[in-house]
Amino acid sequence: MGKGQIVAGCLAPHPPHLVYAENPPQNEPVAEGGWEQLRWGYERLRASLSEHDYDAIVLLSPHWQTYVGTHFLGLPNFEGLSVDPIFPNLFRYHYDMNVDVELAQAIHDEAAKAGLPVKMMENPDFRVDYGTITTGHLFNPDWDKPLVVISSNRSTAYYSVEVMQEIMIELGKVTRKAIEASGKRVVVLASNSLSHRHFTTESEVPEDMSKEHITSHAMHLWDMRMIEYMRTGQAQRILDEMPEFTEQAIAESDGGGLSWLLSTLDVPDYPGILHGYGTIIGTGNAVVEWPCYAHEVNEG
Amino acid sequence: MTSGEVVASFVVPVHPHTVLAPDQNPGWRRLRDAFNDAAQTIRDLDADLLIIYSTTWPSIIGHQIQADPNPEWVMVDHDFHDLGSIPYSFNIDADFAHAWNEANEQRGLQSRCVNYKGFPIDVGSVVALTLLNPDNSIPAVIVSSNMYANRSETTVLAKSCLDVIKTQGRRAVAITAMSLSNRMFTDFIKPEEDKIHSLKDDEWNRKILEFLEQGRLEDVGQLSRTIHRQIRVQKVVAFKPMWWLSAMNGNRNDLTGRILAYEAIHGAGGAVVHIDPTSTGIGDKEYDEDDVEFFHGERGVLEGSDEAEIDQSREAERTDETSVSESGPALWDPTEAEGSVNTDAAPKPVGAYPHARKVGDMLFLSGVGPRQPGTNAIPGGPIHDENGEPLDYDIKAQTHAVVNNVRRIVEEAGATMDQVVDVTTFLVDMKRDFAGYNEVWAETLGTVGPTRTTLAIDALPTPIAVEMKVIVHMGE
Ligand SMILES: [Fe+2]
Repeated sequence: MGKGQIVAGCLAPHPPHLVYAENPPQNEPVAEGGWEQLRWGYERLRASLSEHDYDAIVLLSPHWQTYVGTHFLGLPNFEGLSVDPIFPNLFRYHYDMNVDVELAQAIHDEAAKAGLPVKMMENPDFRVDYGTITTGHLFNPDWDKPLVVISSNRSTAYYSVEVMQEIMIELGKVTRKAIEASGKRVVVLASNSLSHRHFTTESEVPEDMSKEHITSHAMHLWDMRMIEYMRTGQAQRILDEMPEFTEQAIAESDGGGLSWLLSTLDVPDYPGILHGYGTIIGTGNAVVEWPCYAHEVNEG
Repeated sequence: MTSGEVVASFVVPVHPHTVLAPDQNPGWRRLRDAFNDAAQTIRDLDADLLIIYSTTWPSIIGHQIQADPNPEWVMVDHDFHDLGSIPYSFNIDADFAHAWNEANEQRGLQSRCVNYKGFPIDVGSVVALTLLNPDNSIPAVIVSSNMYANRSETTVLAKSCLDVIKTQGRRAVAITAMSLSNRMFTDFIKPEEDKIHSLKDDEWNRKILEFLEQGRLEDVGQLSRTIHRQIRVQKVVAFKPMWWLSAMNGNRNDLTGRILAYEAIHGAGGAVVHIDPTSTGIGDKEYDEDDVEFFHGERGVLEGSDEAEIDQSREAERTDETSVSESGPALWDPTEAEGSVNTDAAPKPVGAYPHARKVGDMLFLSGVGPRQPGTNAIPGGPIHDENGEPLDYDIKAQTHAVVNNVRRIVEEAGATMDQVVDVTTFLVDMKRDFAGYNEVWAETLGTVGPTRTTLAIDALPTPIAVEMKVIVHMGE
């Protein structure tokens, strides 16, 4: 078995609005479009990766929130209906997804060796969180690649962004190690928004784009600052400024996804490709790809 | 109007251990026994409604109220999935849910009902309903905990709930599904190793319970922010449930409290507390926080940008600075005849007549006042109390409310406000009110341009200051 490889790393958002706006057959509500900039961003991301074959997607969503350790989906298939408890009017999605349990177990074991509290989730009644389903759908609408789904440990809430980041950097390192040992070609995906201040009202027609904008100038400035670091290969600065960004922009990076992603990618010093940016009920969202395939030598 | 009341309140823990693993730890068993005890108390009280405010159901867009009459699914906890699954099939009072939703809107809150197959009912609500209402004999209602709501908003949420309890004459039980200290062990533990996470958490929990046992619920409400800072992990929802529960009990400190159990669940403080509204007679303490009747949008999240999204009727409700209140003669269901137009969105008539009647392409409205559909409350306040003593009232808020009621009826008929051709307005105090009324007119119907006649009259059937008689031409 050759050495496994991370094909690409992606930051991609999961507000259910994006799936709602697209009207896939799996989702019950019907929309008249909306949030096209971000949906086209996802489209460009898919096109960009279409030339690169890979075996699995490793995804961390902040809506599987665990307070006790980090958990991994541990059964080969999950099927069901995902209803967003916050926007049930927009997202009621019938999912059927496959899990790469072998890879999940490998990352789990590697994390346990490093001293992180981890657990495999093996209850067949478990409902997969809507963040995972949304990103899973938008990234790979055919659902033809197995996923590894990692829960979001709430260490930011328990301790601080700094402690969260220490844990996530460790989790990133073991994720990379396990992927390399697996011999598989993998895309890693952090599913989160950037600035995360929501509107507290919804317009009559949720997809009315005349109502969509960032909640404040400060949120915009923070988003642009982070995106600039992404576009110019300064991942270390993102990690350095993560505490201020997360606190001041109330960013969804509090769930650890972005820190974990950058650590898994070994803190890339090459530019990420910005495929799209847009706001969703006031929150800032970017679709960014780090093209590891162009920068990392496959020794396999 | 019948008199309803909150016959008991309970604080209950949220984690699934009490349902799925009570025998793995003696403390979990004591919590489970306390749940059973509480369930018996609820049955003995002949309660006919359980209202759950759950911290494990956060919301962003206002307040969400479960309105699926029979939600069914299998709940698996995000953390404690290895304890097993909890299948549920609950009996939800959808009528109450809709009435509460309307009452919320009338008090200025953003609110909506949710009724979707497969909606994931949160762990706190599932545990509470499973154990407090095991045979589903008592209908329930569940409300979310808005992550941006402050104390005044949460208080208003309770008051609108009380509005409906009173209107419907219910014997309600108010339940907060919540932890006290919510810090869990961040590592996996054996059941027998469970204890409160830290001495500090334990001390604060005991202090809270001491207050509750003394019936000092309002004091706990006023300490909520401090408690939150001291012993609460900053999860999505702050220590808000005590604000809601205190308001549900009239912000009192002389209630009768009983601690049924206090134990650790994976480090967090779990307690089952029964609060009886009976006064201990020990004497109420001073209430020094703002007692808010109407939500004016002080979340301040959007600094004006949300205003653009708010329709004019809501705007009018927000201009109502004075309290809403209720009074008036008996209400009738609107009559039905050929061409009549009636809507639940307009206040009920005070006699046997329809809201409006269509003849050809003409629409004639019965006299429309400012009373609010559902609660019968008068924005801007009534003009006199039950004894006929004059009260200060806001004519502008009343006029806005009249125009909004007119709009609802006109739109129900399939017409639009710009088709209004003639209006006759009746004012009970021309001298006092003409200017304010005229100002609101200019901003609303004045922009449409119907002919208008304004008359001073002696009185109107309800304690209102303004009424309009409206004719609409629906042609073109
Ligand atoms: Fe999210």
